[in-house]
Amino acid sequence: MSERTDRHLSRIWEPETETLPRQPLEALQLERLRALLDRLARVPFYREHLAARSVGAQSIRTLADIQRLPITTKDDLRLHHPLGFLAVPRHALARIHGSTGTTGRPTFVAYTARDLDIWSNLCARFLVAGGLRPEHTAQIAFGYGLFTGGFGLHYGIERVGAAIIPAAAGNTRRQIEIMRDLDPEVLICTPSYALTIADGAREIGIDPRALPIRYGHFGGEPWTEDMRREIEDQLDIQAFNNYGLSEIIGPGVSGECAERTGMHIQEDHFLVECLDPETLTPVPDGEPGELVITTLTREAMPLLRYRTRDIARLDREPCACGRHTARMSRVTGRTDDMLIIRGVNVFPSQIEEALLRVEGTTPHYQIEVTRPGTLDEVHVKVEIRPELFSDRMDQMQALHERIAREIHTVAGIRAHVHLVEPRHIERFVGKAKRVLDRRARAD
Amino acid sequence: MTLQQLSLFLENRPGRLGAPLETIANAGINILTLSLADTAQFGILRLIVREWDRAKQLLEDAGWVVNLTEVVAVGVDDRPGGLAAVLAALEGAELNIEYMYAFTLRRGDKAILVFRFEDPVRAIQVMKERGLHPVDAEELFNLTT
Amino acid sequence: MLKELWNDAEGGFHPAGAADFLPESALRQVQLTRLRAVVSRAYDHVALFRQRMDERGLTPSAIQSLDDIRQLPFTVKTDLRDTYPFGLFASPLGEVVRLHASSGTTGKPIVVAYTREDIAVWSEVMARTFACCGMHRGDILQNAFGYGLFTGGLGAHYGAEELGATVVPVSGGNTDRQIMLIRDFAVSALCCTPSYFTHLIERAGELGVDLRALPLRIGIFGAEPWTDGMRDHIEAAAGIRAYDIYGLSEIIGPGVASECAVQEGLHLFEDHFYPEIIDPETGEVLPDGAEGELVLTTLSKKAMPMIRYRTRDITSLITEPCDCGRTLRRMRRIGRRSDDMFIIRGVNVYPSQVEAALLAVEGTLPHYQIILTRDQGLDQMAVEVEVTPEVFSDKVRALEDVRARLAKAIEHILGIRVILRLVEPRTIARSEGKAKRVIDRRHEGT
Repeated sequence: MSERTDRHLSRIWEPETETLPRQPLEALQLERLRALLDRLARVPFYREHLAARSVGAQSIRTLADIQRLPITTKDDLRLHHPLGFLAVPRHALARIHGSTGTTGRPTFVAYTARDLDIWSNLCARFLVAGGLRPEHTAQIAFGYGLFTGGFGLHYGIERVGAAIIPAAAGNTRRQIEIMRDLDPEVLICTPSYALTIADGAREIGIDPRALPIRYGHFGGEPWTEDMRREIEDQLDIQAFNNYGLSEIIGPGVSGECAERTGMHIQEDHFLVECLDPETLTPVPDGEPGELVITTLTREAMPLLRYRTRDIARLDREPCACGRHTARMSRVTGRTDDMLIIRGVNVFPSQIEEALLRVEGTTPHYQIEVTRPGTLDEVHVKVEIRPELFSDRMDQMQALHERIAREIHTVAGIRAHVHLVEPRHIERFVGKAKRVLDRRARAD
Repeated sequence: MTLQQLSLFLENRPGRLGAPLETIANAGINILTLSLADTAQFGILRLIVREWDRAKQLLEDAGWVVNLTEVVAVGVDDRPGGLAAVLAALEGAELNIEYMYAFTLRRGDKAILVFRFEDPVRAIQVMKERGLHPVDAEELFNLTT
Repeated sequence: MLKELWNDAEGGFHPAGAADFLPESALRQVQLTRLRAVVSRAYDHVALFRQRMDERGLTPSAIQSLDDIRQLPFTVKTDLRDTYPFGLFASPLGEVVRLHASSGTTGKPIVVAYTREDIAVWSEVMARTFACCGMHRGDILQNAFGYGLFTGGLGAHYGAEELGATVVPVSGGNTDRQIMLIRDFAVSALCCTPSYFTHLIERAGELGVDLRALPLRIGIFGAEPWTDGMRDHIEAAAGIRAYDIYGLSEIIGPGVASECAVQEGLHLFEDHFYPEIIDPETGEVLPDGAEGELVLTTLSKKAMPMIRYRTRDITSLITEPCDCGRTLRRMRRIGRRSDDMFIIRGVNVYPSQVEAALLAVEGTLPHYQIILTRDQGLDQMAVEVEVTPEVFSDKVRALEDVRARLAKAIEHILGIRVILRLVEPRTIARSEGKAKRVIDRRHEGT
């Protein structure tokens, strides 16, 4: 056995499953897809849609037959609020998480104990591929809570047997002090927050390269190869990318191996298609398309052909690491207007709803997203209307604060609110330009 | 007895204060006094002018958000302790002062205090009872010209 | 196996709580066996403990009975600070799977560690806590304790998972969303600080949501002191049973003690945490029933055993049998402390931490005062700082900058938001001797 393979083997959590050749892998997918269709009969939404097309397990002879099956969208989830997509009885649930909805109401994702077990294992796989070892300590600087960010990785690290510092998000100076004092080798956060930590260290006179971190696992927002180089250079670490979304499972859908030439999709659990967003027909490998994902093993809330709205490319060439799974590129765009702000998914419609709640009608507004240093900033400009104007400063400040608070409640982000004079915001013929994204775009 | 005060919403950036003042000046309306309250982000400009209704129309036509507020003006002697004497007289009357500002007259030895009360009508009543001298619009503009 | 056979439909006995009902003699035997093991472990692996034992001419063999614990030295909070970060660890770092941290009395952090076995014990005592409060497998628990380095969130999370409940890991804050979740998911149990829940009740009222009409049945409240008056209010306004739980991160986190259906004192999970009550002045152990400072010894902690840890919480032990049948002794609700720590929104705060922050910004310590209020059920902490000529400026923005820097320094140490007010010189009342640094107005008018 060559040294190269040895190196890779030590970085494979479940060698047998993870290096399954294409043929048995696809046979497993087909078997699981057919079993899934049987289970979906318990979900009224799917029962109806499958019946309408007269399709079922018996109509699936090859994986390509998946194209005969109905698509699921975020709107479908929203319309069946809160847990209309459950395929198990409620008392069988071990966990409920949320994902951002297009309005103030999140959509929900449920897990059985077995779903959580699989999730932990999937996260363990990409963490180990990216250098995590049982003797390591990992600092999680992702928020814990209703959204899945922190939890998947937390349980993945625990599964591997490494130690966790559950630092959660925020308080950068504290994060750095903890890092300096407790010697974690691994950092888990959004890529932009990794750069914030580097900046914060320099501010208090600590060389970020001298921090104990050796590996970083970053996700939750799009980033670029340039950013990776910057992070690796500033913190003197190896940085790994991972991908996932709450509706499917959370982080753990795919992640990079030591080769770092795309993220290995965990195909034994997820069937991923790459489709033209207009026609919903497959694009050739290597071409950008929208990822559409079918959960093959989820118990509580299995989803069929879920439109992620994420644009990426697929590569099915074998990888030097020994895995045969398809790899996906970084996410390079969206097919809807969703923004990702510091790892939080935000829809302009949420901002609009927040303004509606405060003002009773929707004022003229504009969302501007910037990244002055390493962190995203959201500026919401709101034109003042006579009904809301007061000669009293305390009332104006209260209005200002109420808008900011309502945006935080609905969209989960802290925005800089600017009250502006009427007609400050440029009008265009037809639709007003609601969002100005001034950040550097992902490549 | 109350005075009409115009309030404008302004963004706090260079040049914003000049624009509405110019609008009024161009129409030949004289500003008796003004006060500006500002935060880092926005400000509220408060104006007292004789032809407040015409000024309001002009400003609104020019696109400003304008509010009309009733304020109370009180004349005091322009000497140390003048303001303190007024505030002392109001003490215990449970009148809520939202804000106030002051200016002195070009001629004479009088200063004018402008108050925004929660309840201006009761405030005037209390002031009179306590020997203060609220001035109405007519008197105020006569004093200043 | 027992867990699988257990019936979801009925309350009462839960297998997670089996150890709550040990006959007293068996319980004492378990305690003695574990005490001897933990003292040996600490003696073998923790230098500070060994040194203090040696100074007293003691070895672990001195422990022949539970009463022999009185010979052992106390451990205090500053020991954690002085040995930061790893000085009190009794396990090699490779066996540690979790680290939690909090700020110590002066802003310098303290850290606590857990092995895999410690996490299992923690999950067990939290599952027993929930069972004690009447929760079943199949209950939906909304966990509104904060997740992160604070032990409340993850402690409750693992306990509910161990119990077999469904966890909604909402963490703290965003009250409107909390209320929406309670309603939409038919949440049956909720845990948070009692003050946050009273805030939630008020907000629900404003939103026109009648909590009494919802399936919410059980509230599990801890991390700060509260009163029977607050309980009556919460139970009536929300239509739930409200239970007090107790714990501290130095010992394990939440899961040290819990009320049962009888609601008269909190059962200590004393097969894992051995309680004593001492006179805080003399250190003498007081007889059962006497009021004094609670001292705890962790009987099964591996990574960081605590021997005779002084909690500074004042309480007394109830040794009479409880109507619920548990043989575990009970402690009365914590009413006060033997130091100047106060708790705001579940976060422990020492005035010395605030001083450290003010000193760091201003160079000298200005006159200040901490004012605690409760607005619509939500605790607020305001710090009033007298403006000194050195920091005064006629520019509003420069003063605003000073204000922001002071607030940020305090928030950095405490991890909670504070209201910082600059006040005129000499407006904070001076008194002879020690200044009154903390004004607690939270219970006025309630």
